[in-house]
This record gives sequence, C-alpha cells and structure tokens, in this order.
Amino acid sequence: MARRHVSTRVNGEPVEFLCEPHQTLLDVLRDELQLTGTKEGCGTGDCGACSVMLDGRLICSCLALAAEVEGAEVRTVEGIASGNELHPLQRHFLEEAALQCGICTPGFLVAAKALLDGNPDPTEREVRFALAGNLCRCTGYDKIIRAVLDSAAELRGEA
Amino acid sequence: MNGSGYEAPRTVEETVTLLQQANGAARVLAGGTDLLAQMKMGMTSPALLIDVKKIPELASIEQTADGGFRIGAAVCGAALAEHAALVAAWPGIVEAARLIGSEQIQGRASLGGNLCNGSPAADSVPALIAAGATCTIAGPGGTRSVAVEDVITAPGKTCLATGELVVDFRLPPRPDGSDARAAKAGDAYLRMIPRSEMDIAIVGAGVSLTLDEAGVCTAARVGLGAVAATPLRVDAAAAALIGTTLDDAALAAAGEAASAAARPIDDKRGTIAYRKQVAGVLTRRAAKIALARAGGNG
Ligand SMILES: Cc1cc2nc3c(=O)[nH]c(=O)nc-3n(C[C@H](O)[C@H](O)[C@H](O)COP(=O)(O)OP(=O)(O)OC[C@H]3O[C@@H](n4cnc5c(N)ncnc54)[C@H](O)[C@@H]3O)c2cc1C
Ligand code: FES
Ligand code: FES
Repeated sequence: MARRHVSTRVNGEPVEFLCEPHQTLLDVLRDELQLTGTKEGCGTGDCGACSVMLDGRLICSCLALAAEVEGAEVRTVEGIASGNELHPLQRHFLEEAALQCGICTPGFLVAAKALLDGNPDPTEREVRFALAGNLCRCTGYDKIIRAVLDSAAELRGEA
Repeated sequence: MNGSGYEAPRTVEETVTLLQQANGAARVLAGGTDLLAQMKMGMTSPALLIDVKKIPELASIEQTADGGFRIGAAVCGAALAEHAALVAAWPGIVEAARLIGSEQIQGRASLGGNLCNGSPAADSVPALIAAGATCTIAGPGGTRSVAVEDVITAPGKTCLATGELVVDFRLPPRPDGSDARAAKAGDAYLRMIPRSEMDIAIVGAGVSLTLDEAGVCTAARVGLGAVAATPLRVDAAAAALIGTTLDDAALAAAGEAASAAARPIDDKRGTIAYRKQVAGVLTRRAAKIALARAGGNG
C-alpha cells in the first residue's frame, strides 16, 4: 500500500515521516516518531489521554489522521518542559500528587496548558469544564484541579 | 484502519470530482470526530477520505453584504466562539455548537459534520433550524440551497446525493440593536443531559425571536432535537409566540405545542413522557433566554 510522505513540525522541530493514509496521528507519534508521552486510552475521543496541539488547537490525536498534519505545527507533552526544567504544571502535578498510574497525565498537562495559555486566571469551575474531556480513573480529580489552579497562580506571579 | 486513500483538495470543484469518481466509496472528512470514531469502531470503512479543511470556503466565517453570515461547513466549534461578531449576532448557534463534546472535540468538530452525520440529537441542528439557516450544497450539477431542517431525512441519512457536499451555512441578517427604537432579535439553545458535560442530548431546543420596537414578537422559529427520528422545526410553537410579548400564557402555549410536536422514543436515557415534557420546558426556557438577549422584558 502506498505510504504517504508528510513534512510537519513537532514541538518546533521540522519532522518528516511516512504513514499509511488512514493511520492516526497518535499512532505515528508513538510508533514512527517514538514520542510515547502521548497515550492511547479509548481511541475514540472520550478520554483525552492522546491530547496534542495541532496548529494551536487542542485536539484528540486518536481522531486525527497523520496525513492531515502536512505543513502543520504539532505540539505534544514532550514539548512542555524547557530542556531539563519542568513546566510549572508538571512540577505542581508531581508536588501535589496529581497522578497515580500516570496514563492520563500527559493529556491533562497538554489540555491544562492550552487552558492557561488562553485563560491565565480560570475559576475552579472553568478548570473543571475545560478538563471534562480528560478522564482519570485513579485520582478522583481534586488533586489535578488544585495542581492546575496552583500552577495558574504561580504563572501569574502570585505564588 | 487500513483504507487506502487520503486527499486534501483546495477547491470545491476538485472535491466534487473526487467524490463522483469514487462513486460512493469516498467520505468527506471534516473534524473526524464522528467519522474517524465510527471507522475505529468498524461501523464504516471508506476507501477514500477527502479532507475538506483546506478549502477556503469551508474553513472561513464571513459577514455577508446583507448583514448575515456565511459559516464554512468545516469550521470547528472553537473557531466559532472566537468570532466576536458571530457570537454577538447568534449566541444561540454558538452555544449549541460549543456544547459538542470536550475542548478537544471543539478543536475539530464542525457544523457540517454535526449535520451530515445525521444524528437526531445533533446539538447544533435545532439552533440552526431556529435561526432559519440554509446550507449551500455543491455537487456535479452545481450548487443548491437547502433549509437545514430538510437535510436530515432519517437517523444517519441526509438528502445529499453521491458527489455532493455541504459548503457553508447561511444565516439571515439580524437587526443589530444599535437603534434603541428599532427591532431587536435574540436566539438561544438549551439541552437536557443526565450529566453536566460530555453527554448526548435527551432533548435539545433552539428558539430564535425578532421583536419590534414595542417588544412584540414579530417573527419566531423553534427547533427541537432528540425527540423524533430527525431534528424538527416546530411551527406551532413559533406561532404561539408571534404577536405576543412572550407573557406567561404565550410561553405556556409554546411549551405545549413543543411537547405535542415531540414524537420521541423510549430508551435507556429517557422515556417518551419525560422527553415530551422536557421538550416543552426547554422550549419555554430557551424562549425566555432569547427574549432577554433581544432586550425584551423577560
Ligand atoms: C467524545 C465525543 C463527544 C461528542 N459530543 C457531542 C455532543 O455533545 N453533541 C453532538 O451533537 N455531537 C457530539 N459528538 C459528535 C461529533 O463530535 C459532532 O457530530 C461533530 O459536529 C461532527 O463534526 P466533524 O467535523 O468532526 O465531522 P466528521 O466526523 O468529519 O463528519 C461526520 C459525517 O459528516 C460527513 N461530513 C462532514 N462534513 C461534511 C460536508 N461538509 N459535506 C458533506 N458531508 C460531510 C462525513 O462524511 C461524516 O459522515 C461527540 C463526539 C465525540 C467523539
Ligand atoms: S485515546 Fe484519544 S481520546 Fe481517548
Ligand atoms: S492517574 Fe491513573 S488514570 Fe489518572
């Protein structure tokens, strides 16, 4: 079957890959580009574990084709830290135990960063609605919501 | 998913040619939040996916010369919410589109996909019906304009023929409210779901109103979702509002008309009696919100 050649940017770096026409972006990130931070939970848009940014918009990479990202800008959880320095969201998730098994964490981080980039001072209710597309079977959510609110405060220079 | 083809044409004409050549074996891909999910669940396996997001007419929103709007069929929900003029003129349509799924789904889900997927519970459809929206359908024979309420013909079925796609939605001009003595308009959409987020509507109700300078309703349209095999336009509910100031008697009559028009099924998410009652309640409440948005004495 004819594989497609795709040129794109991932976390700011130019990247080229070959993919099957109907292969998902999630599968290419994980299996071809070895960017395994992005997780697969449900594969049908319900859990958010596969969250990435595509041209500045938060999407589920399990419901996007790799072929669609030709010429686009993809950002994954691997691009959130600056070198060895964790992003405040990552640090607060660790310090406040906002994860247990961790499979949902990359998706929460990407979605929470998308929220805070657009709304630096969200209410708790806004955080809960913004993260409603991310499911966690372990934490009970409260610690995640608190970590996001504390990160927002730190990013605003209030903590 | 092992299909063999993906194309991302830049024009409507190329898309029509590709759809025609594939003769039923191709599907239009907008946000993929229905189509790719259905492919993964093995419900469909089209040989060719035609990504329409790179076609300018499908990917843009414009205010038209008459003061209405042209919304590209593939524009995602998040982009609708970023268009300030659209939000100001048609808050009900935007709130309906924004109820579709999570923020992740909003980054992709389009009005064209919501309509063409053909679900009776599609959230944006009752709001578009209430707005009097039409869609432009392009195909081998040229383009035609079809009222939104005439597109879905049965669950999962539309009036689109092979080779056709929806290019855009057209919204009529609204009185802009800049003159305090002139006519004003407002719209609203409400849905009932068992959870507070991420669920399928048990009932959805969209209402759009125009008021004259005295606050009397001169035009109204009502759309209902999830209470019949297709989304419905309910003229009897609209008629109960026209000529009134939306006093309690008029709202009650509109609610009764909506309940009467609902022909729902019993399923695990709601009984017939419950859905009929909720159709009336949501119609009344949406009418009150539309009234307040039009600056009436709601
Ligand atoms: C987690 C999740 C939650 C959801 N929640 C909701 C919800 O709350 N409310 C709701 O209404 N829906 C919901 N949906 C369903 C879906 O997101 C919406 O129906 C969405 O609007 C579909 O748009 P799309 O652009 O992704 O369509 P696609 O999946 O790309 O297309 C859907 C169908 O329409 C056809 N199509 C698309 N565009 C065109 C066009 N321009 N011309 C002709 N045919 C076309 C496609 O071929 C396909 O058959 C949800 C889905 C998921 C995965
Ligand atoms: S894996 Fe994509 S939403 Fe669950
Ligand atoms: S930490 Fe296990 S699913 Fe969230």
